[in-house]
Amino acid sequence: MPDAILSPAFDVLRVREDFPILARSVHARKGKPGKPLVYLDSGASAQKPRQVIQAMTRFLEEDYSNIHRGVHFLSQTATDQFEAVRAKVARFINAPSERCVVFTRSSTEAINLVAASYGRTFLTEGDEVILSIMEHHANIVPWQLLQAEKKIVIKVVPCDDDGVLDLDAYKDLLSDRTKLVAITHCSNVLGTVTPAKTIAALAHERGVPVLFDGSQAVVHGPVDVQEIDADFYVFTAHKLYGPTGLGVLYGKYDILKRMPPYQGGGDMIESVSFAGTTFKAPPARFEAGTPPITEVIGLGAAIDYVESLGRDAIAAHEHDLLQYATQQLSQVAGLRIIGTAPGKGPIISFALDGVHPHDVGTIVDQYGVAVRVGRHCAEPLAERFEVGPTVRASFGLYNTRAEADALVESLLAVKEFFGA
Amino acid sequence: MMDDLRELYQEVILDHGKHPRNFRHPDESNRQAKGENPMCGDRFMVYLTVKDGVVEDVAFQGRGCAISTASASMMTELVRGKTAAEAETLFQTFHDLCTKDDEDHADHGPVDEETMEKLMVMSGVRQFPVRVKCATLAWHAMNAALHGQDSASSDSF
Repeated sequence: MPDAILSPAFDVLRVREDFPILARSVHARKGKPGKPLVYLDSGASAQKPRQVIQAMTRFLEEDYSNIHRGVHFLSQTATDQFEAVRAKVARFINAPSERCVVFTRSSTEAINLVAASYGRTFLTEGDEVILSIMEHHANIVPWQLLQAEKKIVIKVVPCDDDGVLDLDAYKDLLSDRTKLVAITHCSNVLGTVTPAKTIAALAHERGVPVLFDGSQAVVHGPVDVQEIDADFYVFTAHKLYGPTGLGVLYGKYDILKRMPPYQGGGDMIESVSFAGTTFKAPPARFEAGTPPITEVIGLGAAIDYVESLGRDAIAAHEHDLLQYATQQLSQVAGLRIIGTAPGKGPIISFALDGVHPHDVGTIVDQYGVAVRVGRHCAEPLAERFEVGPTVRASFGLYNTRAEADALVESLLAVKEFFGA
Repeated sequence: MMDDLRELYQEVILDHGKHPRNFRHPDESNRQAKGENPMCGDRFMVYLTVKDGVVEDVAFQGRGCAISTASASMMTELVRGKTAAEAETLFQTFHDLCTKDDEDHADHGPVDEETMEKLMVMSGVRQFPVRVKCATLAWHAMNAALHGQDSASSDSF
């Protein structure tokens, strides 16, 4: 099999064939062909491979039913498949048990769950929660809601000009008043990968639990929650080439079982009476109501897909893209990359002298290039770098060097357009 | 495709975007309102000097994209010297131009031909729905100030 031996570890052109949407063009007009889609917005949401789409369709066509109730055949079949994905998710992040895996609607809901359940129960006035300057609003606002209710204090770890988390400042912020640390594992704007293991170890010296927002991190490389020693770890299916409407909360079981329910409803109770209701053990305790069953099946297929390509191979491919794109973008005069931390993920935010990001976004879009413009739900970070809104190109496993070139070419057109 | 871009970013818009007119804070202004687009963080403060029902001066400050800056700049030139009622007519007419098909434009009052041509310059934004909020941001702020309100958010446009 010489072909197999000679073929590269990661055949991106082959991989692209798994994503039907990548074959389309955009902005086609009466008789005029459009531009091939150059999708550089996977950090906002990734496209879906046929394997995920087909798994969800197959489930709906053949096995769909509600789960955890009913004695009929389909209910059992659907329940088995649903719970098999819970076990798969546990393996995916190396959780010690599938009991530690709670399905939520999103990363955002997972963090809200921890803030509302753990936060309300174990935090009181004057207690401190440590966040970082590079948090997505999803890991800021839930704590501010808790702050308003419980009068807790929020402390913020800064970063340096490259976007590296200031570990010394973090150490200084840790104190007897610290009751929780909640920090991103990979910044959605800067691409910075934070030293999760060190962050957790330092907090644990004081008995403080740590939550990591892994929404970007699980996409770009292997994550081992036991190696990190995370107390909570959250991520979302839709950035991992899976469906929307589904997030994951990992929690250490001895912490989860001390937490009260987040929402009440069906499927999370042992028995209900007007004299008093008792709740199931986690994870069921935190899964009130019918969950996004088909989406869970889709996440299972997404994990299978990513693992079939190899997470290390994906990481290596994306790292190559990051280096290549960074190099090419650096040659564009007047372009400033925000976030240059060593070992960062494949996310490049930048500002272009004299041209507002919204104008950049509109013009490159006409060339088929999809990027995100704005403050990326991380306003404090935009203030930190004094840039206001920026343009963000985020790369996924299906992107190519040619697409990085297309981005650069479209940016040169922007500059010409504005005489910048 | 590129024609649409040229339609959106006409020379006059690029010029106003780079060199906005009335980009200042007049001491004598007696009404002001902030216009804000939470999505991108663009923010303008529009200052009106209204005397005896006439907008004697209009100016603005803030930061935004080429479209929102140019639209704000052109707005100041068009509204200056108009009565409050005339300014409102311009706002409503401009809003229709940016957001509605020709046949759905309502009659908000008389607008002279020259002014109409200037309003039309911005109407290329119609082909770019996500940019409509950019084009109308300062106009909304101006209208809010006219009605004695202190802010307008593109969330509610």
